[in-house]
Amino acid sequence: MTLSVLAIDDSRTMRMLVSQTLKGAGFDVVTAEDGVQGVETFATRRFDAVITDINMPKLDGFGVIEAIRQSPKNRRVPILVLTTESSEAFRNRARGLGATGWLVKPFEEEGLVNTVRLVTGQG
Amino acid sequence: MSMDTLKATFFAECEELVEAMAEGLNQIASDDWDTETVNAIFRAVHSIKGAAGAFGLEKLVAFAHRFETVLDRIRSHELSIETEVLRVITRSSDVLAELVELAQSDAEGTPSAYDALLQDLSKFTGAADVAVAEEPFFAPLAFAPMPLLLDENQTICVRIFPDAAFYRNGHEPERLIGALGEQISVRCDFDAVPLLDGFDLDLGYLDWKVEVSDTPREQIEAALTYVQGLGQIGIHEEPPFLLDLSLAPQIVAPEVEQSAPEPRPTSSSPRQASAQTLRVDPERVDRLINTVGELIINQAVIAQKIDASGRGPDGDVSAALDDYRYLAREIQEAVMSIRAQPVKSLFQRLARVVREAGEATGKQVQFETVGENTEIDKTLIERLADPLTHMLRNAVDHGLENPDRRAKTSKPQIGTVRLMAAHRSGHVVIEVADDGAGLNRTKILEKARDKGLVPADAKLSDSEVDNLLFMPGFSTADQVTNLSGRGVGMDVVKTAITAIGGRISISSEPGKGSIFSISLPLTLAVLDGIVVSVADETMVVPIASIIETIRPAVGDVIQVGHDQWVLKVRGAYVPIVALGQLLGLSKALAIPQKGPFILIEAEDASVFAFSVNEIWDQRQIVIKSLEGNYGAVPGISAATILGDGKIALIVDPDALISLAGRPQLETDLIAENG
Repeated sequence: MTLSVLAIDDSRTMRMLVSQTLKGAGFDVVTAEDGVQGVETFATRRFDAVITDINMPKLDGFGVIEAIRQSPKNRRVPILVLTTESSEAFRNRARGLGATGWLVKPFEEEGLVNTVRLVTGQG
Repeated sequence: MSMDTLKATFFAECEELVEAMAEGLNQIASDDWDTETVNAIFRAVHSIKGAAGAFGLEKLVAFAHRFETVLDRIRSHELSIETEVLRVITRSSDVLAELVELAQSDAEGTPSAYDALLQDLSKFTGAADVAVAEEPFFAPLAFAPMPLLLDENQTICVRIFPDAAFYRNGHEPERLIGALGEQISVRCDFDAVPLLDGFDLDLGYLDWKVEVSDTPREQIEAALTYVQGLGQIGIHEEPPFLLDLSLAPQIVAPEVEQSAPEPRPTSSSPRQASAQTLRVDPERVDRLINTVGELIINQAVIAQKIDASGRGPDGDVSAALDDYRYLAREIQEAVMSIRAQPVKSLFQRLARVVREAGEATGKQVQFETVGENTEIDKTLIERLADPLTHMLRNAVDHGLENPDRRAKTSKPQIGTVRLMAAHRSGHVVIEVADDGAGLNRTKILEKARDKGLVPADAKLSDSEVDNLLFMPGFSTADQVTNLSGRGVGMDVVKTAITAIGGRISISSEPGKGSIFSISLPLTLAVLDGIVVSVADETMVVPIASIIETIRPAVGDVIQVGHDQWVLKVRGAYVPIVALGQLLGLSKALAIPQKGPFILIEAEDASVFAFSVNEIWDQRQIVIKSLEGNYGAVPGISAATILGDGKIALIVDPDALISLAGRPQLETDLIAENG
């Protein structure tokens, strides 16, 4: 079964990179360019995982996590944070809101794929 | 998708981000900003950094990181924007933009201010760690190939007793256990599961114990990275499963769970609301513009056909055709506006040029821009960057006086360089003005004489002296400065402007400053022109250069030399350029006696009269380049297709004037004409 991933990032380049990498690994990827669009897209269909940037216009990644986790039915959806921020405080905040894992930009393709596989139980 | 496409996307994005950054900084500089302004700058720098990392642009990443750290402190009100902070972040944005440019051109090297700015930035990074995150690119997970040889003793016990946050964060014990290894034994402890009435679905009650025998410890640790702290999770040493009572599960509902959902941290402000945009391949727009051009030609063909068929101009067909013409023009304007862009981004980039020039020359410069929202064809904007860069450097380097000299003339110590764009009667006018000393005409003339550019005894009007600056190889700086004297002079600027169909002129007042003014057509594809016949040829004279058309009275055309004629216009004498003869047309009029004249204003503001056989009408024509098929033809800039399907050449008045050569008398004659 093809797993579908929602990638939210305001950087066009990052969206392309993530989607290219994951599509290459057999995932179905849908992208959104800011937090609001991300949350809206998330609501339209079933996603097996979400990858989100943190610093974004309109609604940041923390807001995305919060919004998705707000609904009990979304508790089990893995949400990965993909960002250049790597501080402990930042991770704790993301995790406090319900992030499943985090990746630091720039990412290695294999690392991204493996992490997505891990959190979706495809590892 | 190739790496090239990705890179192209990255650099296109960077361009927008650099623009956003510059806009934010301008707002701060003009004291019209709020937190969202800083946020927007931060995001721009942050996005550049993020994507740059993917391409291994280390310098860019390192610089952006430090820059971002400072911005973050401003954002969180740890650092307030004082003069020095503003200077550093403004310069940093310049350096960042430069780094992007360097990366784009694959050039080696570092912007000159790089090290200094890194130092400056670190003054403001505070306690924050300024080193770029050196940790692995992603949290290392267990995906290395399994070792072939396994040590029996290496059996590792892992306890996974998740709390509510574990589940809420999208983790699953099964997945996690699966990631620990292949050879595992799992035990689940149900002791913590309460009776049904005390059961909370959101809390974790299951306690898993896993013995892993085929996975190295580091790999297990890595697999547990994301779940550390989400309950009692970790590796247990010997003996397995012997639990300290103090580690007994305490189920605590995380505080986040209970709190009401807070309003989402939206940070959009009206200023931020960016217009919806559509990205279109420029080639498609070009095709559309070409097709619209054909449409306009087609309209002219129909008009001519109707005319030839003898139907009067009042018939139904003609009325319908008028609508057609109107609509075609509407479409054309709409299509042109697709390619039009505000000059803002260009102006912002140029602010950097002025700052750098100021620093390099030790002059204090205030840079003012006017008309940033003036829209110009994108192709033109790109081709204006180089000439304007040069002109602005000149304005700072040659235009503005040294601070001590300014003090003596009781001028403000800070010099002003102003860049202005505006639409004026179908043209775009761009001016570079400085409040410096003005052109030193004595020196210019002296120099030109030394270089043999003008005869020693030539008497030149002020404007002619000024225009000597545009002569190839002319440079007024006594010494080549490291700034503007780079072997290219204003002649290169002029060539560049002429190449895009523009004209450049100077006005200067001693002690008050100089204004260099560029006038450009709104677009490169269509121009308004007057259709004339010269000998038997049909030609088009661009309306931009035309002052008026004149049918001379008897005695207004006066011979002043063997083959020199002048036209008397309201008391002034204007040299006549006989187009037919000049272009070597066989049926040219020998003496331009009766024909109508077109008064042309040359780039240097001098006036000439073009003699033609007949003037037909004024219309909009579509420019078709000649150079692709014929190469450059002196005096002819391009061609067009007229309504009857015939080709008409579009003349280049300035080229024709220089082709004709300037009559010696001209100076004296037109002096009174101003």
